[in-house]
Amino acid sequence: MSEAEQDYSAAGEIGQVRTRRTATQRAWLALKKAPFSAWFGMIVIAAYGFVAIFAPLIAPYGESQVFPAPFAPWGGEHVFGTDQIGRDVLTRLIYGARNTIGIALATTLLAFVIGGGLGLVAAINRRWLDQLLSRFVDILMAIPSLIFALMLLSIFGSTITSLVIIIAVLDSTRVFRLTRAVAMNVVVMDYVEAARLRGEGLGWIMRREILPNIMPPLVAEFGLRFCFVFLTIAALSFLGVGIQPPTADWGSMVRDNASLIQFAQYDITAALTPLLPAAAIALLTVAVNFVVDWFLHKTSGLRDEH
Amino acid sequence: MNTKSGKGKVLLKMRDVRIDGFSDERWHEIVKGVDLTLRRGEVMGLIGESGAGKSTLGLAAMGFARPGCRLTSGEIVFDGIDLMAASETEKRVLWGRRIAYVAQSAAAAFNPAHRLIEQTVEATVGEANAAEARQDARELYASLQLPDPDHIGERYPHQVSGGQLQRVMTAMAMSPRPDLIIFDEPTTALDVTTQVDVLSAMRDIVEKFDTAAIYITHDLAVVAQMADFIKVLRYGEEVEEAPTRTMLSKPKQDYTKSLWSVRALAKPEEPADDIALSVENVDASYGGTVKVLHDVTIHAPRGRTVAIVGESGSGKSTTARVITGLLPPSTGRVVFDGEPLPAALRDRSKDQLRRIQMIYQMADTAMNPRHTVGEIIGRPLEFYLGLSGRKRDDRVNELLAMIELDESFIDRLPSELSGGQKQRICIARALAAEPQVIICDEVTSALDQIVQEGILKLLLRLQKEFGLTYLFITHDIATVKAISDEIVVMYQGGVVEQGLKSEILGPPFPDYTKLLLSSVPEMDPDWLTGLIAERDGK
Amino acid sequence: MHPVVTTVIQRLALGLMTLFFVSIIIFASIEMLPGDFGETVLGQAATEETVEAFRKELGLDKPSYVRYFDWIGSVMSGDLGTSFSGRASSGVDRSRPVIDLVAPRLWNTLFLAGMTAIIAVPLALFLGITAALYRNSLYDRTVNATTLTTISFPEFFVAYLLILFLASLTQTFPSLANVTADTPFLERVNKSALPALTLTLVIVAHMMRMTRAAIINLLASPYIEMARLKGVSRMRVILRHALPNAWAPIAVVIAFNLAYLVVGVVVVEVVFVYPGIGQLMVDAVTTRDIPVVQACALIFAATYILLNLTADIISIVTNPRLLHPR
Repeated sequence: MSEAEQDYSAAGEIGQVRTRRTATQRAWLALKKAPFSAWFGMIVIAAYGFVAIFAPLIAPYGESQVFPAPFAPWGGEHVFGTDQIGRDVLTRLIYGARNTIGIALATTLLAFVIGGGLGLVAAINRRWLDQLLSRFVDILMAIPSLIFALMLLSIFGSTITSLVIIIAVLDSTRVFRLTRAVAMNVVVMDYVEAARLRGEGLGWIMRREILPNIMPPLVAEFGLRFCFVFLTIAALSFLGVGIQPPTADWGSMVRDNASLIQFAQYDITAALTPLLPAAAIALLTVAVNFVVDWFLHKTSGLRDEH
Repeated sequence: MNTKSGKGKVLLKMRDVRIDGFSDERWHEIVKGVDLTLRRGEVMGLIGESGAGKSTLGLAAMGFARPGCRLTSGEIVFDGIDLMAASETEKRVLWGRRIAYVAQSAAAAFNPAHRLIEQTVEATVGEANAAEARQDARELYASLQLPDPDHIGERYPHQVSGGQLQRVMTAMAMSPRPDLIIFDEPTTALDVTTQVDVLSAMRDIVEKFDTAAIYITHDLAVVAQMADFIKVLRYGEEVEEAPTRTMLSKPKQDYTKSLWSVRALAKPEEPADDIALSVENVDASYGGTVKVLHDVTIHAPRGRTVAIVGESGSGKSTTARVITGLLPPSTGRVVFDGEPLPAALRDRSKDQLRRIQMIYQMADTAMNPRHTVGEIIGRPLEFYLGLSGRKRDDRVNELLAMIELDESFIDRLPSELSGGQKQRICIARALAAEPQVIICDEVTSALDQIVQEGILKLLLRLQKEFGLTYLFITHDIATVKAISDEIVVMYQGGVVEQGLKSEILGPPFPDYTKLLLSSVPEMDPDWLTGLIAERDGK
Repeated sequence: MHPVVTTVIQRLALGLMTLFFVSIIIFASIEMLPGDFGETVLGQAATEETVEAFRKELGLDKPSYVRYFDWIGSVMSGDLGTSFSGRASSGVDRSRPVIDLVAPRLWNTLFLAGMTAIIAVPLALFLGITAALYRNSLYDRTVNATTLTTISFPEFFVAYLLILFLASLTQTFPSLANVTADTPFLERVNKSALPALTLTLVIVAHMMRMTRAAIINLLASPYIEMARLKGVSRMRVILRHALPNAWAPIAVVIAFNLAYLVVGVVVVEVVFVYPGIGQLMVDAVTTRDIPVVQACALIFAATYILLNLTADIISIVTNPRLLHPR
């Protein structure tokens, strides 16, 4: 809305001129205004990323190094004790970050390549291809994805490759729907029509006109989908049909040590052992959700930005 | 129900009212200390452009602030009751019973789940006998000239037309016989021919019950029919206030004068025979079923402006889609420079595309919000003319100068421009292609009056300089007078007539043209009275 | 015909179609089995004849469309096939019909889901609606922050936290929900308390947030503002103006979350060793007992489709535009 009063001249009309800032300056400015929850989320994500990347340097022992004492108590040589066959729990947690997050990230990226690409094409094409893809996605989405994943895993077996592909394909349906929906909102804009009237090709329209305008919701969706994929993989591993031993992973760690929880009255630390990986999962999803929440809030008001 | 008494006594008094609106995560003042006094039985017109704060002020007269707004200071006294201090419960006793509100979009303001008559009498049944209130509502429907007044109330909102719904809402406001009605742009969403009927119905009923009213609008000609006096707002502040006739004949402020400057523009028509573009016997339909154009023929002489006028649904924009190739016609053809154009967009050559350009109504959606002005104007230069680097930038600067903007605009984003500047950039983008024909689709109707004038003058100047041919689609007769040489009148997908401006705007008229032209409100407080008398006389 | 009836029939037909395609997908899964599957099920020592007999039983010698109609025909008459487990290379067949495995467990799962829904749905609607009415209040923000956190928790984390505090440390509820067909009702409720509570916590968070969003969206409609400006009391605005238009969004929220519940049940059943269909499915996946997996998947998918269909139909029959056509 215009603020000051002024006599008329085209150049003097009041527009909202933003101060010219570099991308880094703008990012820093946004970060400074970010609420505590967003900061908390970003710090947690950064910490997880650090642990995941430098896992071999941080971990005290090898990923599947077995020690003589199974279910060793906390403290001493093993900060969080050992698991049911005598592997160091802290080491497994650290390697678990690498495996669990890495696999979830790869899956989400694949889901976005498939779902995002097809969603864009469907939004622009709008004819038989759109109809075909949309109906197919409707049917895939009529089966709960965890159930679908369980069924497919029983057929293809629980290797990491099949896990990544199955979850990515199932999850890409949701990415497809979102991309198609937001892209359709952009496709009907006059500037896309103007580009078509100018004679621009499909590639240019997709890359230059549509993609930049659908990035914010897609980035937010990436965070949410990552959480969902991460939780699905953790759930499958917990059920024993996801990531298989000896690969360290949080979902199966919970399952392996679950029986310890019965001994809470005698040794509370032992009972906490299965909760550690579960809490590690929860903390990361909470962190991502906080950041996404802030990001959504931020970008929804994009047009009024000064 | 309240009995009317004490005409001329002050009913509503607002002093130094300030209202904040919340945007960009902070509060901004949007109404900056406005005074307002309204006496019983008086109708005040509240006029201003978008963002002037008129709706906010109108709601404040009820002691109401929309979510995201807050009344910060000032005094609002309605018939001795301090609305700033009153609690929500105290105000609720007034709302609907002594102060009523008529909203802009009737379709959205009626609850889809209930019958019209139940909603009409909802505020009244608290005090009166329900059967009595319903009977009264039916009488109100009749005096508002609604068809079948005895039964229309049994319908649901989606079962009646927009113009009828707006009248039912007026009946709803009138049902408890309030002391004051706030009309918030009640006719803005209606077509001109419908607007006339709704306006006269509203005016009659307000007069009949001697109700005080605040009539909010951006259209001075409309308010002139309704109001005893007019207050002009701009940027949340009062510009001036005067009785209607004084305001129209002797406005004091330059700003007020500029409000109808467009109506003063008139381009002398120049006939021409050299036809640049013609649409010949075109039929078109969407999806092969719904026929939207029948046998449309339009000729556009080179270097002239052809205005295509008509109401919503008349097929004006569809004609533009046929010319640009977005909607290939089922029969007929488009001839450009003596050669027929391929029907579909993808069959046209780059050069054919270059020579016909288009400017849109909403400059906001016509520019990619992520591209800078330089990219927006530069792209056609690059695409059609193969300019790049330094040459391209120089040409962009030349084009900016042509549209009266300077080089500093080159790296702005659309969100950093005002409405008028955005439309100028769109004009520059069209010019960059060095076209012969430009299709202007309602290019000024989303703009404030004062900006409209600037844009129209710019278009006229560019036409002279480059010999451009304009196809100017609009529903606004004042704009037609300002820019056109020839006029095409369209109605329900067909052409009613085409001819020189003087021929179309002067008698003899075909019936529809006459209805359309006579329905356009004029800057004369007696226009509506005269028109209704004339129509009734026949 | 009345437009509501035609729309409902259309939607039902669409639901049946979806179910049909879903059954094809589930059936097709068996087609993708590797060729040496017989050996995997029957063990390395299986003779060629037993493997061949097994293939014949699966109908692998017939064209696939024939097998599909055989399969879907027997599914509709209540025959879900025979489990793979209990087969041995020796050819001795101790396998059981899938229906005998599924039926009692399906009842258990429905009991758990029903128990959860009875607590969770009213609670979530109450929290969601009050949070929407008192938007931005301390209450709203607290409920919001809490639910945002809970949504992010994996089900098994919530489950083990509850076990730790309510079973292991305080012995309030049993941590094993090993109900059988003869368990008396009250004991069954007591044993199912922790799984039901876990599911409730997870569902309420989602459902409350969605209800809140739906109600806020509804309250932003111009006709609600109009009703307020008519001086209608707060209660009447809610009951008369908001509620009749709220059925559709609320039905969608409930159906979505009950569908979510159907899936959430799998993990929770495994944690509490609750003998439901979810656990059965997970066991079958581990042993690659395809007929059981197919049966479970079909049941889950059918429930899912049915729930969404119900929400659609509620939206249709409460839509005034369809109820009162022009």
